[in-house]
Amino acid sequence: MRKSLVRALGALAATMLLSTTAHAEDTFKIGLIVPLTGPFASIGRQVENGVKLFMQQHGDTVAGHKVQVIIQDDTGTPDVSKRIAQEMLVKDKVDALAGFGLTPLALASAPLATQAKKPMVVMAAATAIITEQSPYIVRTSFTLPQVTLGIAQWAAKNGVKKAVTLVSDYGPGHDAAKTFKEVFSANGGEVVEELAVPLANPDFAPFMQRVLANKPDALFAFVPTGLGSAFMKQYVDRGLAQAGIKLIATGDVLDDENLNQTGDVALGLITSHHYSAAHDSAMNKDFVPAFKKVSGGIRPTFMGVGGYDGMHALYAALEKTGGDKDGTKLVEAMKGMSWESPRGMISIDPDTRDVIQDVYIREVKRLADGELYNVEFDRIPEVKDPVKAAKK
Amino acid sequence: MLTVLFDGVAYGMLLFILSCGLSVTLGMMNFVNLAHGAFAMIGGYATAQLMNEAGVPFLACLPVAFLIAAVLGLVLERTLYVRLYRKSHLDQVLFSIGLAFVAMSTMDYFFGAQQRLITLPDFLRGQFEVFGARIGVYRLFLIILCGLITIALQLFVSRTRIGSQLRAAVDDARVAGGLGINVSRIFAGTFAFGSGLAGLGGALGLDLLGVDPVFPIKYMIYFLIVVTVGGTRSMVGPFIAALIIGVADVAGKYYVPQVGAFVIYTVMVVILMIRPEGLMGRRATR
Amino acid sequence: MSAVSETGLASRAAAHASLVAARRLRPAEIAFWLMPIAGYFLFPDRLALLSEIAILGLFALSLDILLGFAGIVSLGHAAFFGLGAYTAGILGKYGWTEPLSGLAIAALVAGAVGFITSFLVLRGNDLTRLMVTLGVSLMLAEAANRLGWLTGGADGLTGVMIGPVFGVFEFDIFGVTAYWYAVGVLFVLFCLARYLASSVFGLTLRGIKGNSLRMAAIGAPVNLNLVTAYTIGAAYAGVAGGLLAQTTQFASLDVLEFQRSAEVLLVLLIGGSGYLYGGLIGAVLFKLMHDLLSDLTPQYWQFWLGILLVVLVLSSREGVRGLYLRVAARFARSRHPGRKGGAA
Repeated sequence: MRKSLVRALGALAATMLLSTTAHAEDTFKIGLIVPLTGPFASIGRQVENGVKLFMQQHGDTVAGHKVQVIIQDDTGTPDVSKRIAQEMLVKDKVDALAGFGLTPLALASAPLATQAKKPMVVMAAATAIITEQSPYIVRTSFTLPQVTLGIAQWAAKNGVKKAVTLVSDYGPGHDAAKTFKEVFSANGGEVVEELAVPLANPDFAPFMQRVLANKPDALFAFVPTGLGSAFMKQYVDRGLAQAGIKLIATGDVLDDENLNQTGDVALGLITSHHYSAAHDSAMNKDFVPAFKKVSGGIRPTFMGVGGYDGMHALYAALEKTGGDKDGTKLVEAMKGMSWESPRGMISIDPDTRDVIQDVYIREVKRLADGELYNVEFDRIPEVKDPVKAAKK
Repeated sequence: MLTVLFDGVAYGMLLFILSCGLSVTLGMMNFVNLAHGAFAMIGGYATAQLMNEAGVPFLACLPVAFLIAAVLGLVLERTLYVRLYRKSHLDQVLFSIGLAFVAMSTMDYFFGAQQRLITLPDFLRGQFEVFGARIGVYRLFLIILCGLITIALQLFVSRTRIGSQLRAAVDDARVAGGLGINVSRIFAGTFAFGSGLAGLGGALGLDLLGVDPVFPIKYMIYFLIVVTVGGTRSMVGPFIAALIIGVADVAGKYYVPQVGAFVIYTVMVVILMIRPEGLMGRRATR
Repeated sequence: MSAVSETGLASRAAAHASLVAARRLRPAEIAFWLMPIAGYFLFPDRLALLSEIAILGLFALSLDILLGFAGIVSLGHAAFFGLGAYTAGILGKYGWTEPLSGLAIAALVAGAVGFITSFLVLRGNDLTRLMVTLGVSLMLAEAANRLGWLTGGADGLTGVMIGPVFGVFEFDIFGVTAYWYAVGVLFVLFCLARYLASSVFGLTLRGIKGNSLRMAAIGAPVNLNLVTAYTIGAAYAGVAGGLLAQTTQFASLDVLEFQRSAEVLLVLLIGGSGYLYGGLIGAVLFKLMHDLLSDLTPQYWQFWLGILLVVLVLSSREGVRGLYLRVAARFARSRHPGRKGGAA
């Protein structure tokens, strides 16, 4: 008796909710879910500023719709992300979800995008598997294997025979080490030792010691952004540079926010990544100062660009469907779409809905404005995510 | 081998410098001050701002970091903390967490969410070799400084008049007051001093840890481990605890990297199993 | 708190009568349990938040069993929450999709680990217990990170499938089933906890919390009681974690992290411990405050939350506990059953 009552009430509530979706015809609502407090707050701020800047530059009217962005803080906790996503879909009736600062945050919400048939634009999280979790996910950031590939190829071709990998002991770290080893070995190099450093650990000294003992030509490193600076300093202070051990890494180890503050120890670091604030294009030259104006003087990082490009994808898709807000059509419209981003030309892979972009090899240099930048000197064009490409 | 030992000692000193302020407020004054990290954060931000924006040399920043945190501690003690000495530990937890939240948001508002870093002056960087061990200059600097601070504090508390007044005031504030000791002034001074030490710790840890708005929560675990393992009734306890934990942690990571992350927690739990009051604890805190 | 010794001296019948009286439902309690029903109709589009409150409430209740009744403080209670979450999640991922039995297994696993680790918290003062529990939970978190093949590591556990509740109610996007499921489990477990609290076992625990030496002297097995309480608290936390994993169909490392332990302690302290409703009230207050503040200012809600905490502590003269004594009295006049029973 009670069971059926509950069920009837549930059904009633559901129909009530559904019947109200017809409202608000001329607005296009985007639910932006990012960490704005807690240890990953700086990711969220970057994305938020990227989104803000895009809307400043392109207005808030697209194909007859007024674009409205609802921003919420998920504190970096997956169950909160999912709850907010659910509420945005059910209560605010958003037409698209966007943001997602970290892999678990995106993974937790992915099933909702499928259920609600709404596009979910991943602007920051970088694990390869994310786009496979829902046919409604489109990514405008990058995948970690995508950018790791570049540095592994470059190292093998530039005289590095023996390398040691040192990564943080968690999922993305292991992914980076694995990709590096595969690509590096395939190109004739040899990984002599693989080290994993506990994540909650400010001291790299014992690991540097082990690296020294191995005497490799190069050390490949992947640590979360916040630890990159401490890592660089210890690399230099431990005399690894004098010992002739080259440091190579992916660009997220020292992003544009932290690079300049790290100081001269960062000079000469070789990394591969898809965006640098020093990227040489007319568009980026306008983008960087405009971004700084929005962010209060903070340089754009790849996270900020991910947010900016995510908005572009949504705007362009809505334009392409002629204002049709249907989620499936929007995702279809985004597939194969290509445009110029501050990082260069990028496109959305029609098969995987993941981003295809150029990956650059860069060196840290001091530029004319007296600040440190990643200066691009080599380019690997149109890199697809290697993990998904290998599955085909 | 020697290098590993040295690194362990240096890492221990880093843990100690971050926690010694807490061993004053929690240990000596018996106040569960979870906002300790907030004072350290203030010291860190002060140093980062002074060095990066005003070009003040690192060594000159250290006393400033101490002073700013101490003054802030004094003001907060007089206005807020003073009302909480007699309340339960759990009330103190709620209160000081609240204070830490406020401090974190405030720093975020003024300085943004991104990490702040500094570059040490050249004479504190690099390393040299002694008997085959590689000695980092800044690490050596930390070790010496921490040693001096510990000795000075221990002598101060156990040998000076103010020190014994402090111990009396903590043990029984009423009786101490009856003996003519100005308890509230002693407490205010000690609290300010503890906060100042926290600020100094934030400044000294800046090179390795950086500082960002979540600093107070991020490293809270480490502060608490050192103070609890050391025992809350002396300065020497946390010092030795930091040494043991530092050496065990670094050695564990070097020789058996697979279990590296577990070492610090295991050491803590084992020590607390053997000595529930901590290494130098004499009896249960109330 | 010599309730037991006094009633023990009185006749068994009188003692029994006072226990039964304590079990009777108060009007304030009935009103309280009407709230989730009202919440369903008033906020049909906030069910996800309401479910989260129910789960946090259950988690805080589980901590209250340790803190409020056995007097064991813990800064590592997320260990059991996380164990429950991963157990339920992994079961769901590998084909055990029936939710209620999944919860039961989660409770068993968390309870078993709780039982084993309970021996670590028998000794030592509050600070030692805080740190030992914290250490245990951090080790578990690190273990979950290392066991990536089982737990999904830092990416989180995906592919969790949960079948319909009672084989009938499918989990839906509006969160209707999830809500009633969470509230239902909370209600049943709450009644059980309430029953336990007013049983001889519950009274013995209060006695131990008041004065463990004296309780030992009158022949109560102090350690056995503490171990039992810790195990039950752990199992409850496991159910709360299991509920979270089942309703969100996801689990990740943060379920084991320090922040979650600290948050639940905060919630319980806000609500006041020792009268069972504290955790629930704390969960409602905390989540609503959080939601309201982070709607107003998503970046700086912590500032206002901090101010509220400081004001809360400063404004109550006898401490937060004192502030809640009056609230507590409304919910449970069984606070001092011995005294009341004796007077009657």
